Amino acid sequence: MRKLLFQGLFRRPFTEPAPSPDDAAAAELAAELGHAARRRLGRSLSIREIDAGSCNGCELEIHALNNAYYDVERFGLRFVASPRHADVLMVTGPVTRNMRDALERTYHATPDPKWVVAIGDCARDGGCFAGSYAVVGGVSEVVPVDLHIPGCPPTPTAMLKGLLALLERVDAGAVTR
Amino acid sequence: MPSLIDRVLEGRKIQHRRPWPRAVVGAHLWRFVTNELAQGRLSLLGLWGERATVHMAIMDEDAAEIAIVSLNCPDHTYASVGKFHPPALRLERAMHDLFGLSAQGSPDSRTWLDHNRWGVRFPLGPRIDASSEAAPYRFLPVEGDGVHQIAVGPVHAGIIEPGHFRFTASGETVVRLEQRLGYTHKGIEGLMTGADLERAVQLAGRVSGDSTVAYAYAFSRASEAALDLAVPDRAVWLRALLAELERLANHLGDIGAICNDASFTLMHAHCSVLRESVLRAAHSAFGHRLMRDVIAPGGVMRDLEDEGRTTIRAMVDNIRRRFPQLVELYDNTASLQDRTVDTGVVKPALAKQYAAGGYIGRASGRSFDARRTLAYPPYDSLRFDVAVLNEGDVNTRVWIRVREVEQSLSLIDQILDRLPAGGLRAEPGHPKEAREGMAIVEGFRGDVLVWLRLRDGLVERCHLRDPSWFQWPLLEAAIENNIVADFPLCNKSFNCSYSGQDL
Ligand code: SF4
Repeated sequence: MRKLLFQGLFRRPFTEPAPSPDDAAAAELAAELGHAARRRLGRSLSIREIDAGSCNGCELEIHALNNAYYDVERFGLRFVASPRHADVLMVTGPVTRNMRDALERTYHATPDPKWVVAIGDCARDGGCFAGSYAVVGGVSEVVPVDLHIPGCPPTPTAMLKGLLALLERVDAGAVTR
Repeated sequence: MPSLIDRVLEGRKIQHRRPWPRAVVGAHLWRFVTNELAQGRLSLLGLWGERATVHMAIMDEDAAEIAIVSLNCPDHTYASVGKFHPPALRLERAMHDLFGLSAQGSPDSRTWLDHNRWGVRFPLGPRIDASSEAAPYRFLPVEGDGVHQIAVGPVHAGIIEPGHFRFTASGETVVRLEQRLGYTHKGIEGLMTGADLERAVQLAGRVSGDSTVAYAYAFSRASEAALDLAVPDRAVWLRALLAELERLANHLGDIGAICNDASFTLMHAHCSVLRESVLRAAHSAFGHRLMRDVIAPGGVMRDLEDEGRTTIRAMVDNIRRRFPQLVELYDNTASLQDRTVDTGVVKPALAKQYAAGGYIGRASGRSFDARRTLAYPPYDSLRFDVAVLNEGDVNTRVWIRVREVEQSLSLIDQILDRLPAGGLRAEPGHPKEAREGMAIVEGFRGDVLVWLRLRDGLVERCHLRDPSWFQWPLLEAAIENNIVADFPLCNKSFNCSYSGQDL
């Protein structure tokens, strides 16, 4: 383990050796996002994720935001465990009827000001599950949505871009809540 | 000597045999099969309903023989299997919620998927209006001095699917865990009915996001069995490539996440990087990081080009270089082993009783791996070992994954070396008459079963059974007598699907 730790200290970070254009773009995006969050909130941005009925595909890509390639935490974007600590709710999935209450309650447990970002095609309008007896539909049927990020699932880069767009709109005063 | 399955089916009219026989049986034989399950001579692979029929997929594990027995139940009742064979209980409860078929004599008549929020009862059966009066769900009673309850979920900490866990603890020790699932029920089997193949395989690929390849694979194989459709060789091999990439990505993610829940974040950081490299290779080779919508009935929708092949090779080489160091790190870190060894034990007898698949079964002595036991092509001509261990703790479930990562790397190499040339897809026909098919595919989590009936190009009924159905209940058993704080670790070592079982 010592060896690995030492390597970790002296080897250059994962993103460095040969940043593909994609990595560079992701890092730039995340940095911009961190700045925007600090401008707007005076601190880092706390995100609480809520699966309102997804297939779990969207969650996999949200997880990826934390790996060493994207490492959003270094830019002041944190995933928090409690909605009470959150600025942003990232909601995935078609909202199932069985999750509707839980989503509403989580929304109300989140202090103002707060923003809701709907992640993935299902979160827009139920996606391919729309019309089922067990599905309410998109996230906006249940709580107000400030931004939707499309994809099935959206890539981590698409999510970073989306969050940035949200903060820019917040900065410009286009979203007031 | 005739096998047990032969004896069950003896003298019965075999309605369908694609690829396994299905026969309609009477109440007597239904009970005989139930008894053989209870005695451990047969394994339950699935139990699902239709309007007035119950189907049960069974396997004789020694002979690796499979059959489906069906019981007509015009009065919407049938003799409970779960009464004698508990692995059937949740399936019976789900079947009741969806179809209104009730299991006579069942010791547990509570709802499972139906949380009284749909506005309708028995949505795939008689569809009656739900009463607005919601009787609260009755958790099992627990009595005893000094026990207290901890309720968690459906929304719980972290980026995770929703489910409810009710712990009863005495001090720090868990006396009982009871799960309440169904929150992500999307009504997928309802949406399947009447769908054409194109939409149906899209839905199948969205049952559980981490197993999108396995589900599309199983659905496609089931429909090809039904349609007698031969898939071009190249597609057969590409499907296995996709399946192994999916297994590799998930196992790497899991190994890291388990260590993370034991507060060893270094492993997590390194494993996530390797996982990401698989997803990027998948994206470059197949245009989608999770390889969604690549497999379809008749073959695959995309070819592997030279560039994709090169990227996959480079990714495999890189993992082969880096992974052994991580395995060594895991093996040599006493503080980590301290958390994982002897934690969350599943006894082999329980794994056998539940016919638990995947790393959960194979960490507890059950050797079933659909790739080997059922040897569907191209796995019948590939070399790989199926790792089986007996200790059944968190540590063993990590080691099974480690071995499977190594095997998947080797399988990917073999497939790339031997990938045949040729077409990608055969066009599925639209026979007017009803055609049935079933398939079992080894996903990263275990065996995914799909049974369907097609008519005139449309799905008449499709059932998709996630491996988690037979794994979730074992988590309840595994956590007993562990401390509450070890639950996340145990849970992660199982990594059961919520969406896959909620459907
Ligand atoms: S958008 Fe796609 S990945 Fe996300 S929940 Fe829906 S089906 Fe799953």
